[in-house]
This record gives sequence, structure tokens and C-alpha cells, in this order.
Amino acid sequence: MKRHLLEAADLDRADATLVLDTAAQIDAALAGREVKKLPTLRGRTVVNLFYEDSTRTRISFELAAKRLSADVLNFSAKGSSVSKGESLKDTALTLEAMGSDAVVVRHSASGAPHRLATWVRGSVVNAGDGTHEHPTQALLDAYTIRSRLGRLEGVRVAVVGDVLHSRVARSNVRLLSTLGAEVTLVAPPTLLPVGVGSWPAEVSYDLDAVLPKVDVVMMLRVQAERMTASFFPSAREYSRRYGLDARRMGVLSDDAIVMHPGPMNRGMEIAAEVADSARSTIVEQVGNGVSVRMAVLYLLLGGAPS
Amino acid sequence: MTVLITGARPYGEDAADLLLRDGRIAAIGESLSVPGAQVVDGTGLVALPGLVDLHTHLREPGREDAETVETGSRAAALGGYTAVHAMANTDPVADTAGVVEQVWRLGRDAGLVDVVPVGAVTVGLAGERLAELGAMADSAARVRVFSDDGHCVADPALMRRALEYVKALDGVVAQHAEEPRLTVGAQMHEGERSARLGLTGWPAAAEEAVIARDVLLAGHVGARLHVCHVSTAGSVEILRWAKERGVQVTAEVTPHHLLLTDACAEGHSDGGGRWGPYDPVFKVNPPLRTDADVEALRAGLAEGVLDCVATDHAPHAVEDKETEWASARPGMLELEQALSVVVATMVETARLDWRGVADRMSVRPAAIARLDGHGRPLAPGEPANLLLLDPGARSVVDPSGLASRSRNSPYAGRELPGRVVATFLRGTPTVLDGKAVR
Amino acid sequence: MAGSSPAAPVSPPGALLSAADVARVVDRMAHQLIERCGGGGRAGDDRPTLADLVLVGIPTRGAPLARRLAARVEAFSGTPVDVGTVDITLYRDDLRMRGVRALEDTVLPDRGIDGRLVVLVDDVLYSGRSVRAALDALRDLGRPRAVQLAVLVDRGHRELPIRADYVGKNVPTSRSQSVRVHLTEVDGADEVLVTEAQR
Repeated sequence: MKRHLLEAADLDRADATLVLDTAAQIDAALAGREVKKLPTLRGRTVVNLFYEDSTRTRISFELAAKRLSADVLNFSAKGSSVSKGESLKDTALTLEAMGSDAVVVRHSASGAPHRLATWVRGSVVNAGDGTHEHPTQALLDAYTIRSRLGRLEGVRVAVVGDVLHSRVARSNVRLLSTLGAEVTLVAPPTLLPVGVGSWPAEVSYDLDAVLPKVDVVMMLRVQAERMTASFFPSAREYSRRYGLDARRMGVLSDDAIVMHPGPMNRGMEIAAEVADSARSTIVEQVGNGVSVRMAVLYLLLGGAPS
Repeated sequence: MTVLITGARPYGEDAADLLLRDGRIAAIGESLSVPGAQVVDGTGLVALPGLVDLHTHLREPGREDAETVETGSRAAALGGYTAVHAMANTDPVADTAGVVEQVWRLGRDAGLVDVVPVGAVTVGLAGERLAELGAMADSAARVRVFSDDGHCVADPALMRRALEYVKALDGVVAQHAEEPRLTVGAQMHEGERSARLGLTGWPAAAEEAVIARDVLLAGHVGARLHVCHVSTAGSVEILRWAKERGVQVTAEVTPHHLLLTDACAEGHSDGGGRWGPYDPVFKVNPPLRTDADVEALRAGLAEGVLDCVATDHAPHAVEDKETEWASARPGMLELEQALSVVVATMVETARLDWRGVADRMSVRPAAIARLDGHGRPLAPGEPANLLLLDPGARSVVDPSGLASRSRNSPYAGRELPGRVVATFLRGTPTVLDGKAVR
Repeated sequence: MAGSSPAAPVSPPGALLSAADVARVVDRMAHQLIERCGGGGRAGDDRPTLADLVLVGIPTRGAPLARRLAARVEAFSGTPVDVGTVDITLYRDDLRMRGVRALEDTVLPDRGIDGRLVVLVDDVLYSGRSVRAALDALRDLGRPRAVQLAVLVDRGHRELPIRADYVGKNVPTSRSQSVRVHLTEVDGADEVLVTEAQR
């Protein structure tokens, strides 16, 4: 493993598999226990540095660190010196001086975790940067697929929605292809980046043509404000062409699963009866997120400092 | 003051002595000997006319923490320049006779290069109504180049009026070609790399569309148009087409667009420097493009479709660059490395000889700006604005050693050829032994 | 060759136990387990029974060792014995001493360990730190009636107040030596070697 987890490309196949295996072992070790706490990272300090509101991701990392007995500091943009205009670099140096061993960073600017990694000695974990990547989300998605389908090699995954603005899509395309899955991106052309042709993925504009051929459908959140910038004409038209409803769910193969990184826009990209169906892994993904993040923190902080 | 330069090679050709007296080149010949003259050993050095930059950000007034007229002038002299055009996007904006005269006086007081102010096209660079172009032209600063650089004059009707109006001033509008609706939030060249890095793309078409529109307008009203920092292969094609049709259009290319590509945003260790991904030292507007664009720009400059090299020297304070990419200000230090980059990209690749360098970096920019006394040939009777270059010297760029007040050099750690040994402004050395005289 | 002279402070390098020796030692330990845990169950006797016993191996080699012991106990007594493994990696106090370690499985019998006699099983007892980590892990997994320790080899040099209840073989060593236990399940053959640590 590298010292930081900044993007999915930081993980080769062996590393990515190690993270998933470690998460599975942690899951097994904690299964059925009343005390879901391990002493592994006692005395280590993990800082959650969140420049964007994301309660679910922050809580997931916080729980992961606490279950490994690390001290957790939550440093959010609101009510801190960040809102007074302190630069990312000055904040980084402050955290460094306080002896943080790892910084989990969520930032609206793509690449902010890379910059942070050049300023601190500890490990940096990217918890989502702009429209770049969200590698632990991809890890928990891969973990969920492997848990449900028993494998990743050759699994066919459709990633549907706002690929252009999605860090989840970028991380999943990279990680899933590293792990041998076959990814198809499905979106209106306006929501695919120029240059997507160089990604290790197929591209389609036609959801109905893709659905019968896949084992996994991963729906991306589509923000309503995209509509005002004419990425698509209306929520209704988007939902008709690219939303996953009960009719479309019906053409999926029997054991295909439906994923969503949350938070969902029910009725927009995903219908309520799909989100709540037995195919849906949406609740599982949340639980798996904690295990995968524990694995990442253990693998980054559990050994000798490099 | 009398200076005798011995054994230098004008335009890299046969060695000769050059006698500089009373601000002019008094004589060029063999074994000149003048009692009392300050002798400068030019053996092995290439003599070129002093360079003229059409595009310099000196930051004064307003951001003296990033650069001042004096520090920028020193950097320019060290780069072999004898005249620079100070862009109008200062604070306050250079959109009145008062501000352009202030900048002009600061330049005169520094006395290291001729600082020629550029006037804003529109009031406050806001793109809404014309600034008092005539007042600036008539001021002591004698403004001839007008530009909203940093902003595009996007309104086609306003651009048409500006082009027409400056005809009476023998002026030229220098357009920052960027269709603003196509570059909302843009961070880097739109392509495979922007897609992977998750940075909003700046499409080549946003530049090309404005250039296409403006050459048509310039042709229609019979006015002169200058295009700033051309960055794409498509722009070169449009310019070639317009020139073939007789449109009075000229264009510049920056050193960084001749050398660097959007790969820099992913981090690199080319040429000796070591850069991590997302280092905003490589953020610039227009953005670094692709290998194919670099190739087209080099060819366009060699061919003359691109008339000149202009630096777009853009100093920025540390806090504006040591930050997240999206928060960083665009721009790069150039003045002290511009000639070296041209040597590396154009001379060492045999695309330009030394006369070609003199043409693209001195003669043509001076002509575009209607600048008297610069861009003149190395000949007896001409103004003694010239530089001496050691073409064989190679050195590694160390930003801490630069004369600019800022440190945002994209060439840090990179080995580049050519060293400016001396620069003369009207016969007076501003740089000797590679050091500024003051 | 199984015995070492009382005068020798350390064991000479070489094979300490052959495959046959290992089998014999495991058998003896199984008998000891039956002897000490097998007596209870009758009225008025509150000693544990074999049904209360859980053999919990410490990976890597403690795990197959625990399974072998359980198999021999069942063979000699006719009573099946529960087996588990407990990975101690996340409880180690020396994580920062070297690179990150991969985790191994933690598996407990369906009945759990609450109120039962847990016998931790490891291949080599040395500093005692692994056993301490295993005790910490057990505390998080339940509340056994008692915990005992069985090791194939005790090589001395304890750093904590820990001793084994069942020892296959005591082996005097120097700190510069290393003791390697090979088991068929992991290494393809059974043997115990003493080597001089490479420098």
C-alpha cells in the first residue's frame, strides 16, 4: 500500500484485494459481538477534515476510526478558522502540529487531497474531492458486489447517470476495472466528459439496451441544478430516459443487484420500489462502508511509519 | 556613455565589434578600438536586438506584493528585454490616462526597460462600455495597444466598435480570445486529462470561436486585430485562413504554450523538475494544451502565422499558488526564461535561426505596437537596444534566484539552454555578466 | 535425540522434533487435556467437562494445531471438542515495529465462549506478547469461565508474567536463535527446527 489513498489508481489489484479481504476479516471478527471495538489504533489521531457537508461519509469514517480506538477530531468548514479564510495549507500545518497521524479530507476542489499530501507527514485519505474521486466509496461498492455476487472478475457493471460530475463514477471505473469487472457508463452525452473514450469502460446512451446484460446497476445521484444548466431538459425527461423504475428493474437478470451511493433522489434517478426492493444493496453499502474504511485506516496506520 | 562590445556575433553570424555611443550603435566592424570606452567581451556571444514583450503583467498598482514595475523591469532586462507592455488588469484598472501615465512614469523611474502601458478596452475590464481610448493614446504614455486581457471582449457589437474606434489612434485591440459561456469554471484544457482529473474543461473551441468571429469583424471594418496567447492548433488554422484573405490580424504565442502541455497537471518530472499532480504552478489561462497543439504552435511561429512570442508573464503571490488548483490564480513567470524556452523549442529544433528569433521577439512585436526605437536592426545609426546571449550555456532554473518578486515559475528544476549575459537600453547596460546593474 | 543435556544452556541448531516427534507430543498434550478437563460433569463435581472445552488456535500455526489436538482428544475420549481461531493482529502492541500485517480469520464455535473453558493454542511461546494480545481479543469476544494456554514449544525469554498450562516441549534457546515450527497444513511437513537467526 502507498502511504496515502488519494485515488483508486493508488491501489493495484493486490492492494485493492487486500483492502477487501481485510474488511471481510474485520466484519467476521466483529460479527455478533457486543463490543464492536478493537484496540488497534489506540493513541493514533485521525482528523476528519470536511470542507463540504457530508454527514454520512463523515460519520462512516468517524465510526471506523473509533472502532479501531483512534482518537478522532472532526474539523469541519463551518464554525472553524476555515470560514475565516485560512488556507488549506495553513490548516494542514496546524493539524500536523497537533500530531495527526491521518487526515481524512472531503473538499469541493478536485485534487485538494493531493495538495494536502504534499504538506503533511501523515497519511491522507480522500473522502471525496470535487468531481475527481471518492476511492473509499468505490472500495465499499466493490466489497458489496463481491459479497452479493461472490466475485468481481468478469462482473458486468452499469454505472448510470451524471458521470461528468461524479467522483463516485471515476473511482468505480478505475477500481472495478483494476479488479477485473467490466464497466459500462450509461448517461446522456451531456453528462459524459469529453475524453471518456480513454477510460477503461464502455459507453452507452441507451439504458434499456444495457440493463439486460449486466449483473450490477449502479445509479448515480443526479442533482436538480444540472437541469438549469441545460444538461437535460427536465427532471421528467431524465427520469424517463435514465431513471431506474420497476419496469426497467424487471428486465434485469434474476440475481442482478441495484446500487446507489446515496443520498438518493427517489423518483428521479431511482424509483422508491426499486430502492426498497430485495435487489437493492443500498442499506448494505452503508454498513460495508464502515468495514472498508476500518480496513483502509488499519492498512495505512497499522504498520510501522514509512 | 561609450561601450565597446568585442567579438560578438550579430544574429549568430560573423563575429564583429559593436561600438555603442550616445544611445546608438555608432559602428560595427572588426578590431574597433576606442580609448575610454567600457569594453564588454562578447566573444562567442550572439548579439540580438533588445526583445520586446507585448504581454507583461507588472501588477503595479494594486498587487505590489506579487510584482512591481521595478522588479518586473529587472526581470525583463535579465531576460534580454528592452521594452515591455504592461497589461491593464491592475487595481485600479489602467482604463484612464491617469493610470497609464502613472505606470509609464514608474517604468521611466526604474529605467531598466521601456515600460509601455496597455490601455483597457472597456471601463473596469467589465466588457460593457468603451474606456477613453483616445485620452490614453494622447497621454504621455502614448498607448497604442488596448486589451481587456484576462477577460474577453465577448460582446460582438462592442468588439466591433473597439476595432473601428482604434483605427483613428493607429492602435490595435489585443483580444483575450475566450468565449466566457463556454469556459464557466474552466480549470484546464478539456480533454482526456481534465476528464480523469475531474477539473472542468476549457475547450479549444472557446478560443477558436472568438478568433473566428474577430477576424471576420476585423476584416469587415478594416481594422487591426491582435490575438493574445494563441494556444490551439485550430486557432493557427483560422489565423492562416484570415491572413490569406488579407485580414490585418497578428497573433502571439507564449513560451509556455510552446513547451508545456496539459500533462503537467498530472504531475511530471520532465527536464529535471519534480511536480506532483494538481500543482497550480501549471494553471494558466488559456490553459496548457496537447502535444499536437504545441507542435502546431511551433510550426505556426516558424511559418509566421503566429507573428511573435509574448510572455504573458504573470507573477502571483505564494498564497495564490500554494493552494487547491481551483482556488489558484492562473499565470506563470516568464520574462527571465522566455528566450531560453524559445531557444529550446525553436532554435535547437532548427525551426528558427537567430534572425528568426530577432524577428519574432523584437521586430514584429515592436511593429505591432507601433513602438519607435525598438525592434530595429543591429546596424550603425540604429538605437543601441540589444542583448548578448551565450547560446551554449545551460542552467537549471531556480525560482529563488529570480528577480521577479514572485516564485511561480513552471520551469523550476528544468534545465534550459541560453543565458543572457548583457542587455543594453539605448547604449547603457542594464545587465552585465548576467546580473542586473541595479 | 528428543532430550537435551541439562548442562547445555541452549539447543544446538538443527532439527529438534521430527514428524513422528510432533505427533507423539500432540498425543501427549491431548491426554493431558482429557486428564485435566475431562473429570467434571458428575454431581458435586464442578470441574469442567470436555463439552465445556473450546480449543482456540492463534493463527497462523496455532489454528491447525488446535484442530489436531481436538481430533486427538476426540479419538482418545470419544467426545467431540469445539475449535475456533482468534486473530490477534488487531490487538498486537508491536504493530508499529514493522510493516502492516494481513489479517487472519477469527472463527468461534456457534455456542460461543461464554462460561466455557478456553484453551488458547499456539505453536511457540516466547515473549508472551501474542498470548497477551489473544487474552485481550478473548475479552472482547465473551466471558469464558477460565482461559488456559497450550503450546507446542516453550523457548523461554518471557517478557510478561505468562506461563503455559500444557507444554509439548521445553526448548532452551538463546535470543539470537529462532525456533521454527512447520506443520503439514501450512508448510507441507511436520518438524521443529532451531536455527541461528540470519543477520
